[in-house]
Amino acid sequence: MAAQAPVLNAPQTHGVGPDAGHGHMDHPPTSTGIDHRKMLMWLFLASDCMFFGALIATYSIYRGRSEDVGVGPYPSELIDIPYTSVSAFVLLMSSLTMVLALAALQKNDIRGSRLWIFATAALGAVFLGGQYFEFTEFYHEGLSLQTNMFGSTFFTVTGFHGLHVLIGVIWLVTLLFVSLRGGLRQDDSLDLEIAGLYWHFVDIVWIVIFTLIYLIPYGEAHSEEGGEHALRLLHLGAAIIPGL
Amino acid sequence: MASYRDSVMNSGPGTKPGTDHEVDAHHEHPSERTYIRIAIILAIITLIEVVIYYIEALSGVLVPMLVVLSAAKFVTVVGYFMHLKFDDRRLGWIFTGGLLVAFSVFIGLFVMQYFHQVVEFVGDIGRQI
Repeated sequence: MAAQAPVLNAPQTHGVGPDAGHGHMDHPPTSTGIDHRKMLMWLFLASDCMFFGALIATYSIYRGRSEDVGVGPYPSELIDIPYTSVSAFVLLMSSLTMVLALAALQKNDIRGSRLWIFATAALGAVFLGGQYFEFTEFYHEGLSLQTNMFGSTFFTVTGFHGLHVLIGVIWLVTLLFVSLRGGLRQDDSLDLEIAGLYWHFVDIVWIVIFTLIYLIPYGEAHSEEGGEHALRLLHLGAAIIPGL
Repeated sequence: MASYRDSVMNSGPGTKPGTDHEVDAHHEHPSERTYIRIAIILAIITLIEVVIYYIEALSGVLVPMLVVLSAAKFVTVVGYFMHLKFDDRRLGWIFTGGLLVAFSVFIGLFVMQYFHQVVEFVGDIGRQI
């Protein structure tokens, strides 16, 4: 225990990196020199990369299967690029308001930070509203989780992203209430920065989803050819696996 | 005995204990003006993505262009809005590690998919023989 005491009681400086050896005593007293909460958030975001990586990879390998099998409705019939572009723009601008909230708090502009936090949460809510409308429209067009591979993968990927946005909005609203009660001051700016890291991550995931699911064009629906293709695959499978 | 917080409080002149200012003393964040410029650039890139989607003549190079543009947006948001460009390099390594694993999963699934098609192809040839 005695050996650990200096670590806890003495501020650390970077042992490596550009700041090494400068002797400044201006880093948090952690073994890494990085605030643990910030480090933990980056570790979480790295793990969330893997989570969304798996979801997006699964979506990608099943992309176009609905057309192959001939079970609609197809993405080319449903996806509305102008509508989703507005949603993407809204989420992008929410990242701007998020950094402005942090910048305001770091300058001790409490009112400004509250305003930008509110704007970020509001833009997030607008995005969620847009997603709800899109999901409802798709459902009315006959697409559900069970309809075809596009429905299963689309609702799973965008649904989990929407859930992340919802968590972010709840987090921001909570921070807004904390701020209104006087609990979010200049000294607490790391709390807002960590929330901001999460929020920006949600934005970058949408950047990938927007490109992969919405902008990269889908093949035209061709049910008869697709059906034939699927049958041919089945016959091939039967030829490969004896007794099928 | 001095508490942990006390030791933090005495960590040096001009610091705000337990806050990001300690870290950011060496890693200045961009100004609001820079943030707004970045947001405008990101909005323009998004607009370009949508516009090229509708240009028939670019259909042959649409996918690579979209990948490059979205990668540029991704890197810009991570670098500037998430401050990774200005923060401790180790945080960047952590995030890059997660990204690499995610990308490996992506590649792995595609390889398996391709492998499956190869097996089908070989089986088809075997059936014909």
